[in-house]
Amino acid sequence: MSLPLVVLLPFLGAIAAPLFAQGGRTAIAIASSVPALIALAALFPHWSVLSAGGTVLHSYDWLPALGLSFSFRLDGLALLFALLILIIGLLIIIYAHYYLKAKENVAKFYSLLLCFKGSMLGIVLSGNLLLMLIFWELTSLTSFLLISFWTHKQDARRGARMALAITGGGGLALLAGILLLGNIVGSFELDDVLAAGDQIKAHALYPVALTLVLLGAFTKSAQFPFHFWLPHAMQAPTPISAYLHSATMVKAGIFLMARLYPALAGTEQWFYMVSFTGMATLLIGAYIAMFKHDLKGLLAYSTVSHLGLITLLLGMGTQLAAVAAIFHVINHATFKASLFMAAGIIDHETGTRDMRRINGLWRYMPHTATLAMVAASSMAGVPLLNGFLSKEMFFAESLQLNLPGLWAWLPPIIATLAGVFAVAYSARFIHDVFFNGKPVDLPIYPPHEPPRYMKFPVEILVFVCIMVGVFPTISVGPLLFSAASATLGGDVPDYQLAVLHGFNLPLLMSFLAFFGGLLMYSQRQRFFDFHARFREIDGKAVFEAVVSEFVDLAHRFTAWIENGSLQRYAMLLVVSVIAVAALPLAKNGLYIGESGLSPVDWPTAIAAGMLIVSALATALWHRERFYALVLLSVVGLIVALTFARFSAPDLAMTQLSVEVVTIVLLMLALYYMPSWTPLESSRIQRVRDILIAAAAGTGMTLITLAMLTQPFSSISEFFLENSKPGGGGTNVVNVILVDFRGFDTLGEITVLAIAALGIYAMLKNTALTPPPGDGLGHPWTRDHYPLMLRQIARPMLPLALMVSAYIFLRGHNLPGGGFIAGLITSVALILQYIASGMIWTQDRIPFRYHNVIGLGLLFATIAGAGSLAFGYPFLTSTFGYITWPFVGKFEVASALVFDLGVYMAVIGATLLALVSIGRLSPHSAIKSKKEGV
Amino acid sequence: MELVFALVIGALSASGVYLLLRARTFPVIMGLTLFSYGVNLFLFATGRLATGQQPVIGTTSSYSDPLPQALVLTAIVIGFAMTAFLVVLALRNLADNENDHVDGQREKPAPSPKHEQEVSSK
Repeated sequence: MSLPLVVLLPFLGAIAAPLFAQGGRTAIAIASSVPALIALAALFPHWSVLSAGGTVLHSYDWLPALGLSFSFRLDGLALLFALLILIIGLLIIIYAHYYLKAKENVAKFYSLLLCFKGSMLGIVLSGNLLLMLIFWELTSLTSFLLISFWTHKQDARRGARMALAITGGGGLALLAGILLLGNIVGSFELDDVLAAGDQIKAHALYPVALTLVLLGAFTKSAQFPFHFWLPHAMQAPTPISAYLHSATMVKAGIFLMARLYPALAGTEQWFYMVSFTGMATLLIGAYIAMFKHDLKGLLAYSTVSHLGLITLLLGMGTQLAAVAAIFHVINHATFKASLFMAAGIIDHETGTRDMRRINGLWRYMPHTATLAMVAASSMAGVPLLNGFLSKEMFFAESLQLNLPGLWAWLPPIIATLAGVFAVAYSARFIHDVFFNGKPVDLPIYPPHEPPRYMKFPVEILVFVCIMVGVFPTISVGPLLFSAASATLGGDVPDYQLAVLHGFNLPLLMSFLAFFGGLLMYSQRQRFFDFHARFREIDGKAVFEAVVSEFVDLAHRFTAWIENGSLQRYAMLLVVSVIAVAALPLAKNGLYIGESGLSPVDWPTAIAAGMLIVSALATALWHRERFYALVLLSVVGLIVALTFARFSAPDLAMTQLSVEVVTIVLLMLALYYMPSWTPLESSRIQRVRDILIAAAAGTGMTLITLAMLTQPFSSISEFFLENSKPGGGGTNVVNVILVDFRGFDTLGEITVLAIAALGIYAMLKNTALTPPPGDGLGHPWTRDHYPLMLRQIARPMLPLALMVSAYIFLRGHNLPGGGFIAGLITSVALILQYIASGMIWTQDRIPFRYHNVIGLGLLFATIAGAGSLAFGYPFLTSTFGYITWPFVGKFEVASALVFDLGVYMAVIGATLLALVSIGRLSPHSAIKSKKEGV
Repeated sequence: MELVFALVIGALSASGVYLLLRARTFPVIMGLTLFSYGVNLFLFATGRLATGQQPVIGTTSSYSDPLPQALVLTAIVIGFAMTAFLVVLALRNLADNENDHVDGQREKPAPSPKHEQEVSSK
């Protein structure tokens, strides 16, 4: 339980810390320290297991089907990083307490810092790769928020965005890489992955997986060519830079490589990719660092360089190099965090970070200067400090690489050269800031020592630098051994932590670097002049240019695809469907399946011919809208007949009544619309559209033909068998609708209701004046409501209602049911509107259609929910038999109530839609508004 | 029979697609209606063509597939709701933009030849 707690605590702290903001800055700083203190106490008891080479695993299932579990695993490597995160985190909290100004949002600061800390701990303590990835992304997000902490600064926002884009992009690559790894191994558990190293390296996908994982690591750890985000992230408050960009976040990539070392390392690909990336980063970072006038910029590039050094060590692939890498992680974290803090103090006390202005601070702040000088010496690799030890190991390892021929000289030369640069920039940090004349034009003058305890965290870190440098075996030996053993999967080579290994080649390299560096610094003006000849490639400018280029491209692409023309979208849609279907269709051609064709009877053929002719004629004469509409109704009628012909009486009835309503609807619309379509499209456009249409038609014909001549099996046997015994009805279609698939039907009548309400809402405050005549100059007839129609329509109503009641009641057993009965009732009512007018009819209808729709949905839902009361699932139906006088034995199914809901919803929706349209014209609107349709 | 049915669906789709690509709302609505006839028939046909086998238990010896029929029945009703919604959208477009172009543009006043001459003479 203690491991998940360690990860969870900072997140809990992040929620709790803002509550202490009211109590002042000290209260919130103390509150923010509590999670780390508890976490340290919780980790402490595990040391006995770890020092014996064991691991601690706490695992809980999360989504076992995906291989994802809440699995937390502690070994030496995880412990080392957890300690760095927790202890430096504590020091940062103390430091930030003095660094932040009173007016700043401390609650946000500490809360985000704790979130970040929890995410980092999650990365290092995860025992499951997927879980680790989640925390990995969390660090990207929280660091984005931390870098942009001063949201009013544009540079901070840009730097944060860049960091997020680079590390987030790397996170995506890592996700892919981890999924591949999990796929190769068959598990995402770290223990399984680490044990399957040989299997992974032998797998065909190993190069891909490795590249993706390394992309994740390199972006996070600011390796060349992704290094440019790190210097721009320096826009963050200095405590954040000290924490994220020296000790923790940028080390996450290093941690990942060390973590997966047993699983991935030891191949040629690993060697070349990791070591050469590291080498390039080491050299480039060290070189640029020399020329930075910004204190934090110098430290940032120096961090890039040191991260490259660690990467190079990991890439070398020898066990000793891996030990050196781990050792340098510790050393770099200590001296770099203290240097960042010192830089922050100087910034705080002088108001600037420009080294051309900050000079001679020794006189003003000797205490801080001493601390910074020790830390910078450690960075330079001066003996008796921890930086010297790991750098010495690095030099030794660089000589051990067995590269062929002259290439063998490359690593030691680059190592020494980077050492020279490191000494030079360290010397600059010391000399340029603390000596070298007097300060120039400082914003805050005279500078003085910061508050006593602001230096306390620096003191502790510098103390560690010295302790490790002088007594390496006692101070850091056991922890390093345990971490190295975890990295290497158990077998640790013999290595000695000693201040001096005798006079040998690495020591000579150190001397060379040291004096070379001092020489270089003394001649710095020449190098500055030399460097100034080249135009510096500004990573940010390149990045911004690339981003804005992409945005432009996206805009252009969007504008090209989405130009606002529905006509074109429709064309593209149809064309792409045709394109997708074309290949398989072209392969099959005119395919007639095994069932073959059945003979055609004459009546069917004639009806089909009429349908085809009418459909084509509709398209041909569509500009004459009224004629086209008449032809369309012919098509609809024949479609209804087709359903009847091929054993679907329910469909035929539905189609027939829908057809009537649709035609009425379209005629009503035509009343307001122009009767002619103007000829707008060019000849070419029409020919193109005809070709598209012909292709669509041919495709549909081929598909239909191929499908119809295939033998098939259907799940409908179930419905046919269970319709009567299970659903209590013999009309299987209706039983499916109201019983087997009742939930679908409920959804469908809901859609119907929404459509009708949408229509009502859309037309509520709209007025359309119909044209005075049909467009040819003929006025509309003056006899709005012809006498004969009126006289016939009125007695039709009760008859039609009776028919619909009959159709409704028999629906469960014979063709009919709620949908059809609803449509018939609608048609009967619409006829009254047509014959006698809006006002007359509306006066005689005592309810609003909204309510009818609502009641319909309510009935249907109640019928479904009723079964819940008896302990059955939603929409279970039941049926029984009752005896009615005169009628005899009668079957009643609870589905009838459901069907009643369907019936009412259909009536309400249909009529609401039509009446809303009918109401549009001004003379009927006045009256009906009064009535409140 | 299958060939005839396939041709019917092909004709409905072709004329539906052609109208769908027109520039005014009314033909587009008609096109959608034609197209949905075609699609409904196609869906219906997935249960194959059967004569005199309506799926009402006890009326015949064998039954056609009831499932596509149930699907198509609701499809017809929903299709109607969609058509009605589109019609209203078209009417609203007409009311707001004073024309019935699908792109909702206001009609550009066609420059008269006389006007053009004036411009060019300047």
